[in-house]
Amino acid sequence: MWIRFKRDRTGVISAYVVLFFFLIGLLAPVISKLYGKDPYTVYADERPELFDSAGVPVQPNGGISGEFWFGLEPGNGYDVFTKLLYGIRTSLMISVAVTLATVLTGILLGVTAGYLGGKADYWISRVIDFLLAFPAQLFFIASMPVVVSLFVSPRDETPVYVRVVALILVQWFLGWMSLGRILRGTTLALREREFIEAAKVSGAPPGRIIRKEILPNVVTPILVQGTYMLPNFVTAEAGLSFLGVGIVEPTPDWGQMFAKASTELVMQNDITYMFFPGISMIVFIVAFNLLGDSVRDAFDPKTAR
Amino acid sequence: MTEDLVLPAPREAATDATDAPGEPLLVVEKLVKHFPVKGGFPIRRTVGQVQAVDGIDLTVHVGESFGLVGESGCGKSTTGRLITKLLEPTGGSISYRGKDITHATRRQLAPIRSEIQMIFQDPYSSLNPRQTVGKIISGPMEINGLEPEGGHEKRVRELLEIVGLNPEHYNRFPHEFSGGQRQRIGVARALALEPKLIVADEPVSALDVSIQAQVVNLLQKVQQELGIAFLFIAHDLAVVRHFSQRVAVMYLGKVIEVGDRDSIYTRPRHPYTHALLSAVPEVNVGGEDTEDGEDVPQRERIRLAGDVPSPISPPSGCRFRTRCWKAQDKCAAEEPPLIQISGNHAGHLTACHFPEEPTIEARDEDIVLDPALVALEESDD
Ligand SMILES: Nc1ncnc2c1ncn2[C@@H]1O[C@H](COP(=O)(O)OP(=O)(O)OP(=O)(O)O)[C@@H](O)[C@H]1O
Ligand code: SF4
Ligand SMILES: [Mg+2]
Repeated sequence: MWIRFKRDRTGVISAYVVLFFFLIGLLAPVISKLYGKDPYTVYADERPELFDSAGVPVQPNGGISGEFWFGLEPGNGYDVFTKLLYGIRTSLMISVAVTLATVLTGILLGVTAGYLGGKADYWISRVIDFLLAFPAQLFFIASMPVVVSLFVSPRDETPVYVRVVALILVQWFLGWMSLGRILRGTTLALREREFIEAAKVSGAPPGRIIRKEILPNVVTPILVQGTYMLPNFVTAEAGLSFLGVGIVEPTPDWGQMFAKASTELVMQNDITYMFFPGISMIVFIVAFNLLGDSVRDAFDPKTAR
Repeated sequence: MTEDLVLPAPREAATDATDAPGEPLLVVEKLVKHFPVKGGFPIRRTVGQVQAVDGIDLTVHVGESFGLVGESGCGKSTTGRLITKLLEPTGGSISYRGKDITHATRRQLAPIRSEIQMIFQDPYSSLNPRQTVGKIISGPMEINGLEPEGGHEKRVRELLEIVGLNPEHYNRFPHEFSGGQRQRIGVARALALEPKLIVADEPVSALDVSIQAQVVNLLQKVQQELGIAFLFIAHDLAVVRHFSQRVAVMYLGKVIEVGDRDSIYTRPRHPYTHALLSAVPEVNVGGEDTEDGEDVPQRERIRLAGDVPSPISPPSGCRFRTRCWKAQDKCAAEEPPLIQISGNHAGHLTACHFPEEPTIEARDEDIVLDPALVALEESDD
């Protein structure tokens, strides 16, 4: 299986790309320290000579120079390079957290439903059906402010961590069902297998059967589904931040950079600004989806390419 | 499979009086299992009952090999699963060494769990594909807190040797083995707990014919040398012939005839047993008859028509009457009791109002109830 994966060139390359992004996210503080800037410095105040009266960088291409590799953000004049690094960091952290939460929930509810069957299965399946019927995007947008207001009163300043937690909660709430449903099905099929009965005959308690007999057999769907879900969560998070219900200034965020890029000031004066977050996200999502395909192929040799 | 098995000395001496051969080990009385059939919309409710097992009595003695035979769907596996407590009986009772275990919970069962083990039908689904052979066989020991001398690994290697596998295969995964080898692993797993009773649910019917004999021989060896009682489930009489000392024949959830091997194979009384016997390939009849100095007589031919009726609504009275050539009104009205018919040996019980002659020799006229077969034969002439 590992060997099959290694033979898949696309898979290996996309794995490296994905790894690269995660390293960037992880090492963002180190990189920006070496680079000598941070994403919070308002260069419009610090170095006003770089901007014109409207706040647009004077130099061409959004102020790209040896000093500011990816240029400066019109308006406040943040450094785009560090901002992107930290933006990737925020987005990936949130998405990984959502993926972990959904995978855990999916395992818990899916395997429970499949293994116990009967009433538990009936109700868990109905909940899954119900949640799947929700219009996800609409729900995200509508519920974000609601969830945030559960933590802080609307009059107060919303701390960043509350927004992060809310983003994770909202996406988790509508994210676990597909995996849960798949695991329910697999467990249901596994339960009928005779090795489960063999374990029962030798007196294994249900906990042991789930841990030792069922879970090792559902690792494949979990990994495959997990690699499909993560990029989706990245785009969803970006979408929310783009719409202004996710992460907001000054906290750097991948999606929120798009929001910035589409404001009138930036749109009209600085097309290059869109370039960096755009390209990087496309590369990341494409690589991750290709990786997902390769993982599935490696685990399941029957599906043809 | 000719080499002698190296068997470890029995761990505990048979001090218990109930361990003596011939004592009843497992007693099953009026065992019933009905599966509800769900249907209806929008509210699912029970619309019927699959009467998979409907009041059977069985006794398996210490060290005995007992065969349970019947067509597909007659409730053999269900019986086996009830005895190993994989299913909860609807009614009746199961007692093991005098202890009632009919409704025992997993915890209550713990002390005797290791004594009743099971070998499964499908060697491809009975081994966890993600566990090594070592893990598969030592798992039951771990669960039951068995600490064999020299550790689990040594014991597993020992067991692998007993079932005729290379002990060096300890770290391999099931997919590296053939069907027959997998079934041997299953046998080793069942032996790991040193059981007193093994329920073997069609242990060879998924295997190649050439391998079946090997595995049956292995089971026989294990049965005789370790003194383990076997409940051997099979769908034809050929497989259990050399293996079982006593045989019960099931039809649609009921035992219709039970007796020692000779009674069933040479002096059957129930029409269904006759039909089953005539389906046994002639080649392996040999054995007993010729040793007795008799000629091998031409055997009767019986070909049944139709399918086994649905266990959801079995026929009234005798369940075999829809396919029986001797059926009369009484058969529909009254259920024949499982009794010793005059002329039968002790312990040979038959459930039939109008039993057949105790012979399997050819009749004047073959019984061919299948219209398609009749047409075929007529065109042959
Ligand atoms: N879990 C279940 N739910 C509903 N019906 C069942 C269940 N298990 C078995 N049955 C039904 O009970 C009847 C007896 O099944 P069983 O598996 O005991 O037959 P069998 O004699 O072992 O047949 P085979 O030779 O095919 O293994 C069948 O009609 C089957 O459809
Ligand atoms: S009781 Fe009647 S129907 Fe049943 S087997 Fe005997 S003769 Fe046939
Ligand atoms: Mg069966």
